[in-house]
Amino acid sequence: MALLRHAARVAWKDLRIELRSREIVYTMAFFGGAVPGMLWVAIALAGTIGLGRAFDRERENDTMRALLLAPVPRLAVFLGKAIATTVLVLAVAVVCAPMLAWLLDAPLFAYPGPLVLVVVLGAVGIAVIGSVFAATLLKVRSRDVLLPVILYPLLVPLFVAGTSSTSAQVAEFPNLDAAWYWIEFLGIYDSAFLVLSVWVFESLVIE
Amino acid sequence: MKKLAVPLLAVLAAIGLAVSVYLVFYDAPLEYSRNAELQLNGSSLFFNQKIVYFHVGHAFWLFGAVFVSGLSSIAFLKTRNPRWDDIASASTDVAVAFGAVVLFTGSVWAKAAWDVWWKWEPRLTMSLLLWLILVGYVLVRRFAGPSADRIASGMAIFGMVVVPFVYVMVGEGNSHPQAAPGLNPSEGVVGKISPGMRPALWLSVASFLCWYVALLISRVQSTRAERELRELRERGFDLGVLS
Repeated sequence: MALLRHAARVAWKDLRIELRSREIVYTMAFFGGAVPGMLWVAIALAGTIGLGRAFDRERENDTMRALLLAPVPRLAVFLGKAIATTVLVLAVAVVCAPMLAWLLDAPLFAYPGPLVLVVVLGAVGIAVIGSVFAATLLKVRSRDVLLPVILYPLLVPLFVAGTSSTSAQVAEFPNLDAAWYWIEFLGIYDSAFLVLSVWVFESLVIE
Repeated sequence: MKKLAVPLLAVLAAIGLAVSVYLVFYDAPLEYSRNAELQLNGSSLFFNQKIVYFHVGHAFWLFGAVFVSGLSSIAFLKTRNPRWDDIASASTDVAVAFGAVVLFTGSVWAKAAWDVWWKWEPRLTMSLLLWLILVGYVLVRRFAGPSADRIASGMAIFGMVVVPFVYVMVGEGNSHPQAAPGLNPSEGVVGKISPGMRPALWLSVASFLCWYVALLISRVQSTRAERELRELRERGFDLGVLS
């Protein structure tokens, strides 16, 4: 439980910086505005920008080493970063989804349960997979080129599943079976990579 | 024995390939469609479907190579012994080549079965993404500098976890208008072939195993030699012998 407390502290640190500067929320909320596609484009952009910011800030101020040297398990640092990114992505989704539903007059909230579930699972997946590789690439010079090369093949299944599930929900004849099929897929994909990330993070990030 | 392994396996693979080509074209029956109407029409699918034997042979050891790479990456992260990393790197190089063959033959098959070269269907998309992860691994190794080995190991382990998704992913029906019944690029093949097709299929899988192992061994040797050369050069610089 101490681990979770430390993770929460790291996450809260990131989110507090965010609340004070509002840098990401402003830039990312711009992307709100074909509904499932738009929603997931917004989530994808929020994820990549949020991820980049969460780790770039540590590099610019050279604080990643300090963070890793803190007397908490590295796992807590990883979980903290992942939680902060998840919260940011969800914040953008919370802003964008009603705007999309209203502007495009789409029945986005016809099935609130599956919609919330699919967005949360998508955000968690992006944050978890993204945090592992953003952290390992922190010190690499060609980081900006390599991060998308590594990340996108792993994240695209999340976007495909998220978009398929959302479009099955908002279609003229909603297909809830398909929606749940993709939610299950997201759940399995997320849990597989969460377990894996927790397992390898410590040996991948060494300063 | 060690020196003989590569040529021996290569010869085995060549003989196996020759025999399996014979079996594929002269012994294995044409696939019987489950659709009687199409059987009568004699659609071109029935002959083109023979690409399956090479497609599956490569796909098997593409997955095998990704697992070898992922498991040796785990061993590398645990032990920090660079010999494991050599194996992971070599196996991924071979996997990239096998993956290219899988995608190419799969595309030929799709043209026969669906009359399109490519379709954005879950299983095909996942295979392409797996291949992109492998290509990403090679790029990371080349461009990520001193910590490339660790980052690449992480990618290999993640890639290994993607494999089951490729294998399990089956779309919600093959809804393409031209979709012919019978064997289909978006389905698993092994459980569905008729008994007469089995010898040819398993022989080609076995010969591609020999081929994969031969490639792996020779690639591991050259990767190890490259690494040792690099280490020696660094030592030379440290000692001031080289400048």
